[in-house]
Amino acid sequence: MNDQQQTLWQFMQEQSDKLLTQTLEHIGLTFISLFLAVLVGLPLGILIARKRKLSGSVLGVAGVLQTIPSIALLGFMIPLLGIGPKPAIVALLLYALLPIIRNTYTGITGVDSAVKEAATAMGMSKWQILLKVELPLAMPVILAGIRTATVITVGVATLASYIAAGGLGEFIFGGISLNNTNMILAGAIPAALLAIIFDFLLSRVQNLNLKKINTATKVLPLILIVLASLYLIPSAYGSKLTAGFTPEFMGRQDGNLGLKSKYGLKIHTIVISDAVMYKAAYEKQLDVISGYSTDGRLKAYDLVVLKDDKGIFPPYYAAPIVRDESLKQFPELEKTLNLLSGKINDTVMTELNYRTDYLHESPERVAKDFLVAHNLWKPERGGKDGVVRIGSKIFGEQYILANMYSMLIKGYTDYDVSTKTGLGGTKICFDALTNNQIDFYPEYTGTGLLVILQPSIKTINLVETSKEKTYNYDKQEFESRYHIKWLQPIGFNNAYALMMRQKQAKDLHVNTITDLKNYLERK
Amino acid sequence: MIKVEHLGKHFGKVKAVDDISFEVAEHENMVLLGTSGCGKTTTLKMLNRLIEPTHGKIFINNKNILEQQPEVLRRGIGYVLQNNGLFPHYTIAENIAIVPQLLKWDEKRIQYRVSELLEKLHLSNDYLNVYPNELSGGQQQRVGLARALVADPPVLLMDEPFGALDNVTKAKIHAEFKALDELKRKTIIMVTHDVQEAFELGDRICLMDAGKIVQSGTPADLLLKPKNKFVRDFLNEQRLELEFRAIKPPPPPEGGTFELHGKALPADISLWALLEQLKFTEAEHIAVLDHQHKEIKKLSFDDLMSVFYNYKKEQRHE
Repeated sequence: MNDQQQTLWQFMQEQSDKLLTQTLEHIGLTFISLFLAVLVGLPLGILIARKRKLSGSVLGVAGVLQTIPSIALLGFMIPLLGIGPKPAIVALLLYALLPIIRNTYTGITGVDSAVKEAATAMGMSKWQILLKVELPLAMPVILAGIRTATVITVGVATLASYIAAGGLGEFIFGGISLNNTNMILAGAIPAALLAIIFDFLLSRVQNLNLKKINTATKVLPLILIVLASLYLIPSAYGSKLTAGFTPEFMGRQDGNLGLKSKYGLKIHTIVISDAVMYKAAYEKQLDVISGYSTDGRLKAYDLVVLKDDKGIFPPYYAAPIVRDESLKQFPELEKTLNLLSGKINDTVMTELNYRTDYLHESPERVAKDFLVAHNLWKPERGGKDGVVRIGSKIFGEQYILANMYSMLIKGYTDYDVSTKTGLGGTKICFDALTNNQIDFYPEYTGTGLLVILQPSIKTINLVETSKEKTYNYDKQEFESRYHIKWLQPIGFNNAYALMMRQKQAKDLHVNTITDLKNYLERK
Repeated sequence: MIKVEHLGKHFGKVKAVDDISFEVAEHENMVLLGTSGCGKTTTLKMLNRLIEPTHGKIFINNKNILEQQPEVLRRGIGYVLQNNGLFPHYTIAENIAIVPQLLKWDEKRIQYRVSELLEKLHLSNDYLNVYPNELSGGQQQRVGLARALVADPPVLLMDEPFGALDNVTKAKIHAEFKALDELKRKTIIMVTHDVQEAFELGDRICLMDAGKIVQSGTPADLLLKPKNKFVRDFLNEQRLELEFRAIKPPPPPEGGTFELHGKALPADISLWALLEQLKFTEAEHIAVLDHQHKEIKKLSFDDLMSVFYNYKKEQRHE
């Protein structure tokens, strides 16, 4: 445990400038959104306190916004506002809105009616009553709403890194993808601390007496603006092209680190989630992205893969990995899973992915069509001999594979199947496997090597040279370390690849990563 | 001073105030008396346009108030509420200074006026910088009164001003209220459901029921010449006490006073108050003094009682 803490501390020291940037971005993002939310929410709250008939619908809409899952809300923003800070700020603003509107409304309607009547009877105008009586008296309740909104926003802001808006989410999601606990904690602990600190500070303000609150509310907007401006500091950048890399790619030796060390590529980079990256490239928000070579969106968005002329992306052959115990428990399993071995090459996989990712066909249908076309499909036998639990990561290809395996098991054996699809990243999937939550899931040789085994650079350079060497090393090490067996590869190679829009690549005469580097270095 | 003509307020089909008319003379204290829901508070609130009338006219100093800007109108009318309505986030000084601030008085004038009023209302200057919740109910009500009086408005509207106080505090404040010189210059309309209070403080009483005025007149008029059964029944419970309060002994000659143990009593004191004083001090007589402060007569308990009997007799003969 002590050892673990020390390495976390070391990690944070090593990455201190990144950590600082992310923390400042996080604070800035939180407070820009919060500031705007107050700017919108406070007048709305006042409005519905005046016109109570509107209160139901306004609070209703704000409530519905609150229930939209944060990732979905961020997703909705992309077609409207693109990627980066703008959609993130709008999404966070929408989340912060409900507590602010509701508490403003409650606070103002809760002001003693005798006090309001006295104010009116003394000849105060509506504005004077609002500013001198209602708002000051409602302020503790309004501040409580702002406090709730702050804590919500600090939390949701971690998701902003999905759409390239930065913040501590970069570490958290990078860490999950890279199976790097220290990286997760380096993002999660500061995020939690920020929430606790801001909550505490605002609770102090809230508990001041009414007189001091008035002074506090005059100072507070200034503090908000200062904190919000933190976000603008790190965003001073400029480069000919913009790259969008996933958090996972950012921290990998066969990703951004390799691009820097082996190619010397210097490009302005933002961190973005895989889910929106391709579309952003298509919509010219990004120029270079880190994709997967079999991704269906490659075809859908007319992107082209840059040739990896220095060979930094190792082979990523997909194969199911299964717990040894599960193989014993389900003797038929290995034979059944191997039915798919060698059946799907790169082109086929890209095509299948295209159908789910772009044509929006269900992974189930795509899987069945494929099995039927290759005479592999058999009707269900209504399994009664126990349940095989299949896992999958959270992207289309894995869903298709999981569905194929499910159908094969049901058709060829007497086992039933439960699928746990959409397990975040490699770490979540692999932890589920080692902790006996699932029996198997499709993994990639390169991921097994670099993310899970994490051997020394020397070993990596040695085994990375061919697909057989990588596969064999993985197979041997997984067996001895985790009692997990790599079955036969499915056939396709889903490696990392840098991609650009076909037209842009042609215009700039960029075919390889070296071409890209040379283009960027040209002044 | 105040003239109300065919005033009415309808809430849907309910006629809260149903076509009433009355007048209040300058410096008069008129009490709107009645049970809950009789329309007395609605009537009062129409006078400073907290409630807009459905029909009718209201004139203050011959000006139709419905044609004035409500905020300006209200700054010239003092208003005292039952639950005082003090601003909890303002100090006592700030609370009292609200209207002068609105009228943009200079700071010095405000300060002077605030401490002047506090003194008149028997509140120490130490209270200037405390908040209302640190004061007792009686003190809060005094501050409420000070706030209404601060800009010296000619008209004062009071909505059950002493309704939330206990009897002992109420009696004390009643006494102060009657003694306060500022109030003698005001035209006051006060709403209450408390018959004793109405008799004690009102020059004239408007007894209301179901949105209409049943009878309007001096306390003695209502008591001794009730217009109908409703009026008689309304006052019946405390009739004896009210009669003693309504009847006054023959006043001392012009410029003279009553005196008890060397302490002067007001010339228009009621029979009830005199009897109370007699009992309280255990004295035998009340002295009647002339303008030269010479005793011309002694009033004993029996003398006072015979005043009462004579009055009752006269009423019966009328």
